[in-house]
Amino acid sequence: MSAVFWKELADHLGSKRFVIFFFLILIVGGASTYLAAQALSGMQQASEFIYLRLFTVSGGGLPSFLGFLAFFGPLIGVVLGFDAVNSEFNRGTVSRVLAQPIYRDWWINGKFLAGITALSIAVASIILIIVGLGLYILGFPPDGTEISRTAMFFVISVVYLGFWLSLGILFSIVFRQTATSALASIAVWLFFTLFLYMLAGLIADQAAPVKPGVGADVFAKHESIRNLVLRFSPVALFEEATTAILIPSYRGLGIAALLQEVTIPTSPLPLGQSLLIVWPQLVGLVALTSVCFAISYIIFMRREIRAT
Amino acid sequence: MPVAEAKGLKKYYNGVKAVDGLDLVIEEGEIYGLLGPNGAGKTTTILILLGLTEPTAGEVRVLGHNPAREPLKVKRLTGYLPENLGFYDDLSARENLLYTAHLNRIPEREAKKRVDEVLEMVGLADVASRRVGAFSRGMKQRLGIADVLLKEPRFVILDEPTSGIDPEGAKQILDMIVRLRDERGMTILLSSHLLHQVQQICDRMGIIHQGKLVAQGTLGELGAVVESGEVFFEVRASRVDDALIDALRGIEGVTVAEREGDLIRVKATSDVRSQIARAVIQCGADLLELKGHTYTLEEIYLRYFQG
Repeated sequence: MSAVFWKELADHLGSKRFVIFFFLILIVGGASTYLAAQALSGMQQASEFIYLRLFTVSGGGLPSFLGFLAFFGPLIGVVLGFDAVNSEFNRGTVSRVLAQPIYRDWWINGKFLAGITALSIAVASIILIIVGLGLYILGFPPDGTEISRTAMFFVISVVYLGFWLSLGILFSIVFRQTATSALASIAVWLFFTLFLYMLAGLIADQAAPVKPGVGADVFAKHESIRNLVLRFSPVALFEEATTAILIPSYRGLGIAALLQEVTIPTSPLPLGQSLLIVWPQLVGLVALTSVCFAISYIIFMRREIRAT
Repeated sequence: MPVAEAKGLKKYYNGVKAVDGLDLVIEEGEIYGLLGPNGAGKTTTILILLGLTEPTAGEVRVLGHNPAREPLKVKRLTGYLPENLGFYDDLSARENLLYTAHLNRIPEREAKKRVDEVLEMVGLADVASRRVGAFSRGMKQRLGIADVLLKEPRFVILDEPTSGIDPEGAKQILDMIVRLRDERGMTILLSSHLLHQVQQICDRMGIIHQGKLVAQGTLGELGAVVESGEVFFEVRASRVDDALIDALRGIEGVTVAEREGDLIRVKATSDVRSQIARAVIQCGADLLELKGHTYTLEEIYLRYFQG
């Protein structure tokens, strides 16, 4: 399997599209972080967890780095995966490679692992560059909590991008044409990043209409239905999970949390407690990624290798 | 022990019979030509031999292993050149071969040595560092043969090795195949729809049509069958006994009548279906099925193989 892994990794890292997307995210991320740092240095009291705020604070009209990663990250994942298998079918390399003494699943596992590794390298280097930029602008190093939370952020991001990678691989197995699988991936991406948010609001409006004069319970119901629908989206799961990790005082979602905030002090939570809050989201993300890969695996193992 | 052996091989794709009861034996050190028109089941047979597709029914042994159960053992000893051969266009010829070597777990130093050797052998040594994307069809085909030889197989399967190649290039490839047998003692199975092109180099040939092996033997043997213009029938009767077989043998034009389970196979020089039916009824049995192969070998030969 290592032969497949190293070849695919070399292909990814050397491919033009990977380099293009890497620099796109790097430039956008760098710009938004720079602006965030500018905005932060203007504030007097914002010295707590300032490195984490580099990722979440937006400034100068640009969204935060977190927002960019949630929105554009899927594209990197999909781009690495959407032609993983069908392009090999189209080029006629499948039967030649599978005639070598390797098990069929080594091949697809190797491809997936190489994709994940390439994504990890990309995310890690972007985060490190941003922290370096912060170091340059702010002039003091991050503390232990910030480092551990940033590491956690890295892990969640890789799982999130891994979901999109496995979605791309799934489509590359289901669809024979690379163009079709690319379009299908982009359709799913748009659905989850844009339409599901509208849809969630729509469903919540229908189920629990919020009109003037209704009680707090209707508000709560409206909000919980909206969140329930959004939980199906990996984008929303990722945003929730990373918000809790990067904003230590974050205590959860929903109207209950909003109401309690008045009475409960907003002191930061330890990392373990933050993780506890978003544990369901994390499990959900990992599950989505695994299910997606498992489906690709099963379909691929049963696929006839005929070069048609 | 034969290098490859298949008995009663069947493969159905969604009810379509790609291979339908094929028997095949390939002996050590021979070049066996699997010949037939497109869609006859050649590639499917090859994929089953390699363990890339599981047969619906039948037994297969390749170098003593069952390819469906022990695909790795078979693939380690078998080289395969697919019909629509593809390489990674962005990589050079050498890099493509090195990848194959790595997949075969050949140690790095040995791999480099072997890659240079096989590139030299197929005459691509001076373009080894060029991107495969820039290669011509014939060069790719030769690179494919180098790719097959890399793992030093005992058994080589070549699917349509000369199709789409100009006569000069085809001759080079055929010469190379003969050298593999003579110099390296490899057993070779090659499939083709171009009988006239490969007939000179094949020790034995099998003609495959609609998933069945309709004739097998050396060129001379096949020629004799073709000239005799024989027709084949399958008879299924409610009761099969020696009297019936004798009666069938007595029909004018019938050369062979053999019992095979509850089936009788009849060879004749002309269409004798009505006589067969009468013979069965006269023997006191019911005729359950009478299948005539509507083609003769000659028809197949003329239609598909005279190019």
